[in-house]
Amino acid sequence: MAESKLHLLSDESKGEIDTWIAKYPKDQKKSAVMAALTIVQDANGGWLTQELMDMVAEYLAMEPISVYEVATFYSMYELKPVGRHKICVCTNISCMLCGSDAVVSHLKDKLGIGFGGITTDGKISLKEVECLGACGGAPMLQIGDQYYENLTPEKIDSILDNLK
Amino acid sequence: MINIEIDGLKIEAQDGAMLIEAADEVGISIPRFCYHKKLSVAANCRMCLVDVEKAAKPLPACATPVTEGMKVFTQSQKAISAQKGVMEFLLINHPLDCPICDQGGECDLQDLAVGYGGGETRYSENKRVVKNKNIGSLIATDMTRCIHCTRCVRFGEEIAGVRELGAIGRGEHMEIGTYVASTISSELSGNMIDLCPVGALTSKPFRYSARNWEMQRHPSIAGHDCVGSNIDLDVRDNNIMRVVPRENEEINETWISDRDRFSYEGLNSKDRLTAPMIKQSGEWQRVSWDTALAFALNGVKELVGRHGAEHLGTLVSPSATLEEMYLLQKLVRGLGSSNIDHRVRQLDFSDQNRAPAFPYLGQSIESLGQSDAVLLVGANITKDQPILGHRVRQAALFGAKVMCVNSVDYKVNMPLAEKLITDVAGMEAALAGILKALLNMNKIAAPSGIDQLLHSVSISATHEKMAANLSKASHGSVLLGLSAASHPAYSTLYALAECIAELSGAKLGSLSLGANSAGAWLSGAVPHRTADSASSNQTSAGLNAIQMFTAPRKGYFLFGIEPEFDSVDPVVTTQSLKDAEFVVAFSSYASTVLSDVANVFLPISPYTETSGTFVNVEGRWQSFKGVVSPQEDTRPAWKILRVLGNLFELKGFDYMSSIEVRDELKKCLGDIKLSNKRAWLCPELSGNISEQIVEIPIYGADAITRRAVSLSITPDATGHTIVMN
Repeated sequence: MAESKLHLLSDESKGEIDTWIAKYPKDQKKSAVMAALTIVQDANGGWLTQELMDMVAEYLAMEPISVYEVATFYSMYELKPVGRHKICVCTNISCMLCGSDAVVSHLKDKLGIGFGGITTDGKISLKEVECLGACGGAPMLQIGDQYYENLTPEKIDSILDNLK
Repeated sequence: MINIEIDGLKIEAQDGAMLIEAADEVGISIPRFCYHKKLSVAANCRMCLVDVEKAAKPLPACATPVTEGMKVFTQSQKAISAQKGVMEFLLINHPLDCPICDQGGECDLQDLAVGYGGGETRYSENKRVVKNKNIGSLIATDMTRCIHCTRCVRFGEEIAGVRELGAIGRGEHMEIGTYVASTISSELSGNMIDLCPVGALTSKPFRYSARNWEMQRHPSIAGHDCVGSNIDLDVRDNNIMRVVPRENEEINETWISDRDRFSYEGLNSKDRLTAPMIKQSGEWQRVSWDTALAFALNGVKELVGRHGAEHLGTLVSPSATLEEMYLLQKLVRGLGSSNIDHRVRQLDFSDQNRAPAFPYLGQSIESLGQSDAVLLVGANITKDQPILGHRVRQAALFGAKVMCVNSVDYKVNMPLAEKLITDVAGMEAALAGILKALLNMNKIAAPSGIDQLLHSVSISATHEKMAANLSKASHGSVLLGLSAASHPAYSTLYALAECIAELSGAKLGSLSLGANSAGAWLSGAVPHRTADSASSNQTSAGLNAIQMFTAPRKGYFLFGIEPEFDSVDPVVTTQSLKDAEFVVAFSSYASTVLSDVANVFLPISPYTETSGTFVNVEGRWQSFKGVVSPQEDTRPAWKILRVLGNLFELKGFDYMSSIEVRDELKKCLGDIKLSNKRAWLCPELSGNISEQIVEIPIYGADAITRRAVSLSITPDATGHTIVMN
């Protein structure tokens, strides 16, 4: 048995995870794995290390591989460092038809990075994602918990300018 | 029962059965990759799509339960075109490397592609490439070939009990792997090779060595633990190329342990003894059989003449065949010596006269899997008898309370209801505590002497819980393992376990050493019994496996024994052998120590090269044939013993086949009582114990396994653990 990783869990994150665990039947702690990964990721500057995933596995009494499966499956978990702001651009069908290609090339030009890249100041990273369910406002992108819809180059510029 | 119709055939299916099971039952084959009868249903390959009347779309036969009046068509236009479509998807990324793939010729995908695949591809895009994973010395990976059926993943979780492989990533990027590079540690891992329907997981030791169609398949019995798993040996050019399981629902189902699967590597080891040899003035010489046998004959005759037959000691491997053991004991008893034993790991022989006819599991292997409470005493069942461990684990998953009392905290792959880890000396007190708790709880009269024995024993909460679990159980099992049998106070542990089983209505069982401990007891390879009187005792018992070295003999027969490994005290054993005047070694290997102590080497065939019989822990006699001819000048040991018997001018050594030997023994034994029952005799607590128990490493159990290179570098093969009090 590898050594315990539980010391990596802050009291604050632990409390948050516990409120999620409480929502599920007692013998199904592992149902909280997605919430737990999100909480731990947020506390770690937006990405997950292997140690942190092992820690979640230990805390929820799961096999580490089961946690890796979840973390590699969903696009909202990051396994490499990201910028302070993660821009997720939808390039799925509705957004594509409404001009997401232009949105993407504008962002790439302006930031000087491609998908998966981070600006040199570590402020912004760019990610291509599938449909986020906001087709009515296509083309769209997401930063943090906020959706930005009906994008134009000017709108993107002002969004970027407002990022701290 | 439910009435359905498949391809116009009216059949009755079990309530709750899936379509594919019902079809398999009547021999209608539906193509499949992810479905396996011993694993949970995943329904992710979609190959088994069939046409069901009134269903709008084709349904997966593996995940569609039968319903009354259902009409299924497996060969309709709709079904075939669905299956062809699935096959085309699977082949988009599957490489066309069948000519260099080890699975070629026995590949489900290859076979089904013949029936359902297109002649040419419609895709011009590049195929995806997946990096191979290094998951240890037993399984080779070619992950580009993987079709994501997840059988290996489900096997890990459901059968092996260690979730090591998983599906990493998503969609086109999904890969089967461990995420963090690591070695598969399960003792059943080789079964993933059989399960993999393509060439993604193949056998590493077997890699590139033979093609499926070049080999002949011969049935045999695995010779490395007391389970007697049914196996098939694949042979090419008189060589065992690999070992695969042969299905037997009553014993090993569709599985075998890695030890049974990969130990064949040891058969062609460099130190394999291939010709008779004699040692003269310290020099080993290769000689003819006549010379070697005459040399052995004279040596033994002189020795017996000089010192008497009681100065002859005989040690036989518990993995020798029944026929070999029977003839060997017949030979040495014919010479006038009863100093014969196979219990090379035992320290305490004090209750041998009261022992049952052979160490019996107390029930069938199938029945063990239906236990609802299991108490393991000094047993590392997961590693020592992996197939039995699997049965107990299945019971645990169905809610059985599995508990253990061990002197080592073994890693187990199943949930334990209770666990009691103590030092070697504490084993007695632990069992005594459970027994006392059991008596207190049930207010039953204790067998004579027990009250007094348990007077000063204290009870803990764990003792009470264990006792409660056992008494509540309707099918309890109490099993004594290999480390219990090597315990300095084995007889006491046995008696306490016996009493616990008796009072809680559980079945008492022993897990014995080697492939044929049961056969050794029955055939008389013990100093106090012969086959004529398998359950009664001789008036003058010979010396046991310890005594014949603590009171050194002048001459020894060693049969399949490597003194440095097959002994509880290798130092004393080796010294006694060195000091002896004459040592005859029947062996398949010429190890350094054996070369040092022996005077004559008689090269014997391992179980793959001789006919014989193993009696497993359930008392099941399983005979097998030699599937390859003996290497060079080695000979089946029963033939050597038969000739020796004649040379010594002993009566009754005129067998024409090993079957005659077996049948003579069988006749001699009459009806063997399958029972562990014996008259009650109160044990004594020995208290101060300072001896150590040398654990047998899982891949150090016998001479063949010790030489299997690939097994020796697995995580399980990390040498001896010595437990000291």
